[in-house]
Amino acid sequence: MPVKVMIPSPLRPYAGKRDSAEFSARTVGEALGHLTTEFGELRKHLFTDDGKLRSFVNVYVNDEDIRYLAKENTPTKDGDTISIIPSIAGGSGPLYGSR
Amino acid sequence: MPDATELWISGHLAEKIRAHGAETYPHECCGALLGRDSNAVIENDRGKGAATPAREILQLFPLVNRRDDSPRNRFSVTAGDVLAAEKAASAQGLEVVGWYHSHPDHPARPSEYDRDHAWPWYSYIIVSVHNGTPQDMTSWRLNDDRAEFSPEGIEIRHRAAV
Repeated sequence: MPVKVMIPSPLRPYAGKRDSAEFSARTVGEALGHLTTEFGELRKHLFTDDGKLRSFVNVYVNDEDIRYLAKENTPTKDGDTISIIPSIAGGSGPLYGSR
Repeated sequence: MPDATELWISGHLAEKIRAHGAETYPHECCGALLGRDSNAVIENDRGKGAATPAREILQLFPLVNRRDDSPRNRFSVTAGDVLAAEKAASAQGLEVVGWYHSHPDHPARPSEYDRDHAWPWYSYIIVSVHNGTPQDMTSWRLNDDRAEFSPEGIEIRHRAAV
């Protein structure tokens, strides 16, 4: 069984409405790379322009947060599940679109 | 641009969002919107005959603002909170379709910070709370290109019980 990547609700419209996708991958980074190669529109919502995972994107391998493992270099093996879980943040401040 | 939608919410739930904002003032409140996207399209009531899909908000899941370092102008919902909201939604046959938060003494319009941290597809309800009194309530969805939000009409309606 390859690595299974669980796709959160807000990203499913960009992944053909799928809630998961499977890839052969040796690391989390490789799996996310396959995911954003297959579903290109996902990339901007997961990564900043300079290729870093956005701060509000939480990635787990089998329920362990990759921040406490090896981040995107966290190894993966067949049968592992990668979950992408949103954090939600916002707040008032300078008005959007204001000068 | 996201598909044009209308947000359907009962007066009771809209009032609960306002009350949450008043309760936490001068700090931002936050919570999840539980509901579903309607299969039936509704006619645009502006006389043009265009159909508009609807997103029904059927429950709220109030949360604690985790930004205790800057709660007056920031809110944060952790991954654990998101999972708890999703579990609560699933138990009722619903989905987490968005989030609400308040803007103490600021307009009910998304900030650059809101935009930078937003997810697509979700509805983001913002309620302005001025001097402790809830004011305008608006809803927004992030565009596909992340460049800006599009406003989402809010329709206050009562839904027949099933």
